[in-house]
Amino acid sequence: MKILAAMSGGVDSAVATARAVDAGHDVTGVHLALSRMPGLFRSGSRGCCTVEDSLDARRAAGLLGIPFYVWDFSAQFTEAVVDDFIAEYAAGRTPNPCMRCNERIKFAALLDRAIDLGFDAVVTGHYANVTTAADGTPELHRASAWAKDQSYVLGVLTTEQLRHSMFPLGDTPSKTLVREEAERRGLTVAHKPDSHDICFIPEGDTRDWLADRIPMESGDIVDPNGKVLGHHDGAQSFTVGQRKGLGIGVPSADGRPRFVLEVKTATNEVVVGMKEDLDIAEIAGERFSWAGNDPITSGITVATDDGFDEFTCEVQIRAHADPVPARARNRGGEIVVTPDVPLNGVATGQTAVIYVGTRVLGQFTIDRTVSATALVN
Amino acid sequence: MHDAVIAAWTHAVHLRGNASATHRDGQKSRLMWEEGRDKIAASIGAVPFDVTITGSGTEAINLAIKGLFWGRNGTTTSRAMGARLPRPRILTTEAEHHAALDTIHWLVESEGAIVDFVRVDDTGTIDLNDLQSKLGDDVALVTTLWTNNEVGTIQPVSEIVALAEAESVPVHLDAVATLGYTPIDFARSGLAALSVSAHKIGGPVGVGALAMARSWPIVPLIHGGSQQRLRSGSLDAAGVFAAGIAAERATSDIPAKAARLAALRDRLVTGIRETIPKAVVRGHLENRTPGNAHITVPGLDSVSALFLMDEAGHAASAGSACQAGVQSPSHVLRAMGVADSEGPLRFTLGLENSEAEIDSLLEVLPTIVARATH
Repeated sequence: MKILAAMSGGVDSAVATARAVDAGHDVTGVHLALSRMPGLFRSGSRGCCTVEDSLDARRAAGLLGIPFYVWDFSAQFTEAVVDDFIAEYAAGRTPNPCMRCNERIKFAALLDRAIDLGFDAVVTGHYANVTTAADGTPELHRASAWAKDQSYVLGVLTTEQLRHSMFPLGDTPSKTLVREEAERRGLTVAHKPDSHDICFIPEGDTRDWLADRIPMESGDIVDPNGKVLGHHDGAQSFTVGQRKGLGIGVPSADGRPRFVLEVKTATNEVVVGMKEDLDIAEIAGERFSWAGNDPITSGITVATDDGFDEFTCEVQIRAHADPVPARARNRGGEIVVTPDVPLNGVATGQTAVIYVGTRVLGQFTIDRTVSATALVN
Repeated sequence: MHDAVIAAWTHAVHLRGNASATHRDGQKSRLMWEEGRDKIAASIGAVPFDVTITGSGTEAINLAIKGLFWGRNGTTTSRAMGARLPRPRILTTEAEHHAALDTIHWLVESEGAIVDFVRVDDTGTIDLNDLQSKLGDDVALVTTLWTNNEVGTIQPVSEIVALAEAESVPVHLDAVATLGYTPIDFARSGLAALSVSAHKIGGPVGVGALAMARSWPIVPLIHGGSQQRLRSGSLDAAGVFAAGIAAERATSDIPAKAARLAALRDRLVTGIRETIPKAVVRGHLENRTPGNAHITVPGLDSVSALFLMDEAGHAASAGSACQAGVQSPSHVLRAMGVADSEGPLRFTLGLENSEAEIDSLLEVLPTIVARATH
C-alpha cells in the first residue's frame, strides 16, 4: 500500500513508520507544522515550525530511507483546534484539543490530502488497534497494553477514517520496547522525552495563556446556594474539578477542601462545593460519532419500555481515566449515559468515549450533566 | 559544484598552514585565500580590501545591517540606556529575504531601531516615490534585495542609490540572487554595502562576502583575532579559493548565459500560459532575473502540487522554505498584494537544465495543477 506516515519527531511515530516500511509498504513521511506564528518575521517566534521536532522527524525519515515533507497545517490547526479551545473555555467548558486535532486535522485535513494525492492510508504512532468486523467494517480497539492505550483520543474517528488509518504500535506491550526498538534501528529519537503539555501552550500555563486571549472580569466564587465565598479574576480560567488556586479565605464548615463544581459564564460566577458534590449521575451530548458499526448494527442494543434502544457499555471521560460500567441510550438524537457508579469531576466540553469490552464504539461531547447529589436531594 | 571548483578546493585543502601564521606554509595558505578573495572582489567590481569574507550570505547581510545601524548610532551617548538614537530608522520593504527581515526585527526588538517599510508594487518593485518620502537624516540605512529571490524582480538600483545619496544615507543590497546573472560593479554603484554568497554560484557552502565602502562607519559582529578588518576568525583558505574560482566562472560572459536561461524560462512560461490559462506570472516581466519563473494559480494547493511534481521527478518550490521545511504563505506575495488563495509555484532554472526537461515538465504540469487545485 501507499502509506503516508505522520511523523511528529517523537519516538512512537518514528517506530510506527519504521514498521510500516518493514511491512513492505511504499511509505512517505510527513511532519505537520501546526503551531507557526504568522507574520513577517521569524525570529522570536518560538513555535515557528517547531524546528527541532521537524528536524528530528526528517532525520528519522532519512534513516529509514523514505521521502519526507513538512506540510503546513497551522492555519487549519489554529481555526479548528486553537480557536475552538479558546471558544470552549470562554463558554465555561473544558475542551480536549488533542481529540479536536485528531478529528479535524490528522485524520481529516491530512487524511483528505493524502487520499487526494493517491495514498491508501495514514500511519501514526498512536497505541490502538484497528480490526475488521465480520461484515468488513473496521473496528477500533484499545491497545494490547492498557497502560499505553490511546484509543480514547482516537474515539472521534469515523468508520471512513478508520478504513484509512494504521496504528502499527497497537500490539506493543510497552513504551520501553518501542524505545529499545528505536535504539536497535539507530533512530536518534530513541530516548527523546515524551511530550505531555498542550502543544500550542509552550510555557505550560493554560490559565495565563487563556487570560491573554479571553476578556475576563473579576467576579464571585459562590457555594451551591449562592453564598459568596470569595472572588476570582475571570471565571473562564477555571475548570470543573479544580481544587487549587481558588483563593477562598473562608474555610468550609468541616475544614475539607472545596472544588469547582460549575463555571457560570452568564453570571461570571464560579460555583464551588464539596468533593461529593462533583459526583455526576448522568452525562449527555448531541455531538456524537460512531467508530465503525453503530450500536444497532453491532447488535448490542436492547429495546427499553420507553421505546429507546439501550445498551450496556463502559464510559471513559478522560485520556487516562478508568472506564466506568454504564448504560447508554440514544434518546432522540442525544446520547445519554448513566454510569453504574457516579463519575467524579465531569466538565461540559469533555469527550465521553463509549467502550464495549476493548472496542471503541463511539464518542460524544458532554453538553449536559446531572449531579448525583441533586438526584439524591 | 563544477569539477574545477572541487579541484580548487581539494588542492587548497591539502595545504597545512594557518593562513594567518607567519611561516611559509601559512603564507602559502594566505596566498590561496587572498587569490580567492581577489576573484570574489573582481566578480562584484570591488577592491579586494573592501571585501570581508564571511561564513554565509546571511552573515554578510547581518554584518551589513547591524554593523551599519550600530556604526551610524555608535557614539557612547547614543548607545547609553535611554539615550535617543540619532539615526534609528531602517528603510526596507516587506518583500525581503528573512536574512534581512529578521535581522531588522532583532534590531527593532533589542536595539531601539525603527523600521519603515517602503511600499512595493504588484511586480515587487520598490516604490521610489515612497522611498523618497521616507528618507531623511534620521535614517541609518536603506536595505533591499537587488534581485528578489522568490519572484525574480530586479530593483532599480541606481535610482535607489541616487535618492539615498541625496540624504547621505547608505544603501545595502542583498545581491545573493544577483551574482552570476546580472553584472555587478560595486565600486561605481554608489552602494555602501553589498552581500553575496558562494553557494548560489556553484561555490562551496560556508563562504559569503560583504563588500563595504570605507566611507561609512561600521561595527563588526565578530570580535577576536582581527584576521579581517570587519571579521575575526581563522581564514578558510580552501573554501575561499574555491569560491573565487566559482565566482570567476559565474561572472564570465553573463550576457550569453543570461540569454540561454531566459530562453529556457520563456519556453516554460509560454508553455504554462498555453496549458494553464488561470496561471498568473508574478514578478516584473522585463526587470527580472533570467532563471526565475514564478506563477500563481487561484485555489492551487502548492503543497500538493509540489509533492506530485517531486513524485514526477521535477523539483520546484512555493516560495522559500524555512529551516523546518515549511512552505508557508509567502510574505513576498503578500507584500505585492497577492491573496493567500493564490497558490504559488516557483521554478528556478540553471544552465544544466535542458529544453527537453522543460518540455517534460510542461507535459505533466497541467494535470498536476488541476489535481492540486480545489
